[in-house]
Amino acid sequence: MPVSNASTLRLRVRLFASYAEALGFDQVDLSLDHPSTVADAVNRLRALPGGEKLPSRPLCALNLSQAAPEDPLSPGDELALLPPLSGG
Amino acid sequence: MANLVYLTTEPIDLTALLAHVQSPSRGGVACFIGAVRDYASGRTVTRLDYSAYGPMAETECARIVAEAESRWSCGVALKHRIGTLAVGDTAVAITAAAAHRDEAFAACRYVIEEVKRRVPIWKREVFADGSVEWVGSAAAGQQGSAAVAPSS
Repeated sequence: MPVSNASTLRLRVRLFASYAEALGFDQVDLSLDHPSTVADAVNRLRALPGGEKLPSRPLCALNLSQAAPEDPLSPGDELALLPPLSGG
Repeated sequence: MANLVYLTTEPIDLTALLAHVQSPSRGGVACFIGAVRDYASGRTVTRLDYSAYGPMAETECARIVAEAESRWSCGVALKHRIGTLAVGDTAVAITAAAAHRDEAFAACRYVIEEVKRRVPIWKREVFADGSVEWVGSAAAGQQGSAAVAPSS
């Protein structure tokens, strides 16, 4: 377990469909420097094995609402990476 | 996933969706069913596996239904099935009832188009030769192009 301190923020990341398949898991807790952005979290994931299959700017949702790459993260956030939608 | 309203893992009951919107003042009732088709890209499909980001999908479906009901002064019901579906199964069903047919058709059309555009649901095609493919993800290097939850 990473040590938590004032300059670290911990968030939950959820992956779906082809992105979950690419990384091999559908949920992970990340510890990032505080402050960090959505793009920072995405870059961390892209550095993992299989992460090269993620686009550099995937569609993202932060706490269930669409998020932009520059949006700041807060401790306890839930970030979701959403592949191209195909409902219906 | 708790408190499912718009998503279900069970077969969709169209009669219940019709009953939900019909009333004595609504003379036009429209219905749309999206069913699992047996081919895609010229290949035979044997089943579809649907998955969703449950809480966000529920929120987005609620928004879409409210938008349609407000815009066309109608009643709308929507269900999307998640899980493994066979050819011919109903994947999504929408009913809309209004005073007259124009509003009912328009609301029905709006809801299915917005569901496809905004609700975080994914489907994986399973082909007769055993291969599988996530719909819409063929170009893995591309940016996600769908729009979700326009800020309002």
